[in-house]
Amino acid sequence: MPPKPEDIAEMVRQHIPDAHVQVRLYSGDDHFEMDVVSASFAGKTRIAQHQMVYAALGDNMKEAIHALALKTSVS
Amino acid sequence: MSDSVHEQIDQVVKGNDVVLFMKGTPDFPQCGFSQRVSAILASYEIPYAAVNILLNEDVRQGIKEYSDWPTIPQLYVKADFIGGCDIISEMHENGELEELLAPLKKEA
Repeated sequence: MPPKPEDIAEMVRQHIPDAHVQVRLYSGDDHFEMDVVSASFAGKTRIAQHQMVYAALGDNMKEAIHALALKTSVS
Repeated sequence: MSDSVHEQIDQVVKGNDVVLFMKGTPDFPQCGFSQRVSAILASYEIPYAAVNILLNEDVRQGIKEYSDWPTIPQLYVKADFIGGCDIISEMHENGELEELLAPLKKEA
């Protein structure tokens, strides 16, 4: 069972408390797109920003989440 | 990840200016994200090495540990990990990718 968009958003907020997170399904029930805005991204490369989000999702990224289109920006 | 897989990946990444780890091949991509990145690369008309990770389960898992990045495709330029589909698309749109690849185009 893939997580729901709101579950994914909550996982990210647990890890990055100030994050504004929006998650939408764009195909089926396991293809997601997500926008994350956080002050904690400041001064970090995009790769590092995305890695922070992937870290929040942990093993879900390996299994339940089939595809994730991710966009990060600094608030 | 076994050392030999790590070394194998390392050799490919360091032995080629531009390497794309993808699902399928540039002619027959087997995933929309891999397709998008290989199409972007094609538009710059630079030579690049493509590794079809679907052919080898060790490489498929190994590349994720190599870069500490959970998804495919992955693009490397001059042995630096540049990003996956979202980052490459963004860099393509804002001109950063052009800047990064321009010197390689001249050498070719």
